[in-house]
Amino acid sequence: MTASSTSTGPRPARLRRGRYSRSQKQDIRAALLFISPWILGFLIFTAWPVIYSAYLSLTDYDVINAPNFIGLDNYRELLADPKIALSLWNTLYFTLIQVPVYVVVSLAFALLLNQAGRSAGFFRTAFFLPKMTPPVAVGILLLLLFNGQSGLINTVLGWFGIAGPAWTTDPDWVKPGLILISLWSVGSSVIILLAALRNVPTELYDSARVDGANWWQQTLKITVPMISGSIFFIFIVHSIAAFQTFSEAYTAFFGSGNSTYSNDAALFYAIYLFQQAFEYLHMGYASAMAWVLFVIILVITLIQMKVSKRFVYLEGDQR
Amino acid sequence: MSSPSLPRPQLPGGLAAAADSSTLSTSAAVDAAGVLAPGEAPMAVPARTGRQQSRRPSWGPGRIAVLATLIISTVVFIYPFIWLLSASFKPRSEVFDNKLIPETFTFDNYLNVWQEAPMALWLGNTLLVTVLAASTVTISSAMVAWGFAYFRFPLRGPLFGLVLATMMLPGAVTMVPTFLIWNSLGMVGTLTPLWAGNLFGSAFYIFLLRQFFLGLPRELFEAAKIDGANNWSMFWRIALPLCKPAVVVTVLFEFQAAWTDLMRPLIYLRDSSTFTVPRGLKALLDQYGFGGEWHWEIVVTASVITTIPMIILFFIGQKQFVEGIATTGTKG
Repeated sequence: MTASSTSTGPRPARLRRGRYSRSQKQDIRAALLFISPWILGFLIFTAWPVIYSAYLSLTDYDVINAPNFIGLDNYRELLADPKIALSLWNTLYFTLIQVPVYVVVSLAFALLLNQAGRSAGFFRTAFFLPKMTPPVAVGILLLLLFNGQSGLINTVLGWFGIAGPAWTTDPDWVKPGLILISLWSVGSSVIILLAALRNVPTELYDSARVDGANWWQQTLKITVPMISGSIFFIFIVHSIAAFQTFSEAYTAFFGSGNSTYSNDAALFYAIYLFQQAFEYLHMGYASAMAWVLFVIILVITLIQMKVSKRFVYLEGDQR
Repeated sequence: MSSPSLPRPQLPGGLAAAADSSTLSTSAAVDAAGVLAPGEAPMAVPARTGRQQSRRPSWGPGRIAVLATLIISTVVFIYPFIWLLSASFKPRSEVFDNKLIPETFTFDNYLNVWQEAPMALWLGNTLLVTVLAASTVTISSAMVAWGFAYFRFPLRGPLFGLVLATMMLPGAVTMVPTFLIWNSLGMVGTLTPLWAGNLFGSAFYIFLLRQFFLGLPRELFEAAKIDGANNWSMFWRIALPLCKPAVVVTVLFEFQAAWTDLMRPLIYLRDSSTFTVPRGLKALLDQYGFGGEWHWEIVVTASVITTIPMIILFFIGQKQFVEGIATTGTKG
């Protein structure tokens, strides 16, 4: 196509007809063949579901009978549903505390590992292993280790004279328990931050040391700004994930067996959505919930991106 | 997409050998191999020259404090595994005694769990789903990634932007219509919905693999073309083997994702004979944990059986896991 922009004068007819050479045409055909799985998948499993979900959110649909168009009724109902407010509150509580704590803990471990020298590999493995544990098993471990009477956590707290709370049954302590056990899987973030730390040029520290900056000042003024890109990446990814948290909480507090005690404290938005869709078969209502979730996540991400522009140092700018 | 922000992969040292085995003998390819082959690290590990790490550690009090903190943290991170393993060898009455070494050591739980639940069947189902999910997503994503990395075609930029945009879409939005698709195909209740979507590639892996394909020297493929290689053999016999580390990362990541998934089995599986192990474990918890039967030793033992394959997987592919994660996070 660069050939057509030479100064031999306008040749519109030729431009249109002979726009691509034969080898270019072959390339285009080959490219389309290679990316065809994604195009098909996009149309079937993304584009169509998005459109259909938007339509379903305006209907009453139970899978058995045909969708019944009801306009914005689902959204109106949503506003009045106390369980929506409750689940949003639970999710917001979890996200607002879990994400910052998770990022700070990951950073602390990455900084420690960066000082560990040769043994870093061993510790990195130890920190990463919990990430391999299936979420169901994590949920079960939560029930076992955080058990109010006989759990390991409260036993250890007892050694220090602290009477631990009933983590798995007291509504005030269910979410803190879930947040604590979620920190068990900081491993992947630690690895990301450690990789970023190792990319910080040493010269920066050398000159800082000449100027008499101590470790803490170096960390705050050099290290954290230099890896702010990775920190921000973890922040965004985990905010989105935390807002959709499901498996561990569902395992521990929901399902067919445990309706014996109140589990409202663990009713996260994704869990309530799942219940509406697949336990009550309220497909229209669940679709409306999904769109509300989408908008919330979009707004959170946009705000974070806006804020990050002021704080994040992008190494890529210099490359 | 002019300057990819991920570190470019270095070519593995085996490039020359790979070039020999395929039809490449032109000097351009050999030159490319000679220039680009020195990296011994096969993946996009940040270079270590002149980094902090090279400072010689001294045994001051600061370093001892660092190591002590790390050792204590390691105990905290590893102990839940040990607790679980230990509990699985205890009789029912002692499961909650928090003792490191079982007072009464018994192997009964491991014998009983197969009778209490169709564990072997669940393991087989999970293995089937996992292998199908990992192999299909790797091949399809690699094809798509290669299409975006090598060929120039109209709308390439916007289309790839669309690939990336789909990663931002919360799964909840497509969850209900996707269920309805499988439902209308009569597939709900079978294992198919757990993996068949992978036939169409996955945005994250497409992104990851494309980064690696972009790192391959173009001259290599021009030379192969002159030697008569067609588009498919350039992809299958040259590009894919050269990006083996990224392919391995994709397989491992998806293997783990498919093995540990709970939500989709909850949505799609009805009969306990079709369960995957995580779904089965949830059923065991509901029956023996809360359901009044209080057989926690069964739940604990089944948890161990569900988790151990993932631990083994990690130790097999530890290097790839760590490097794969480091790559994805270095400024996405």
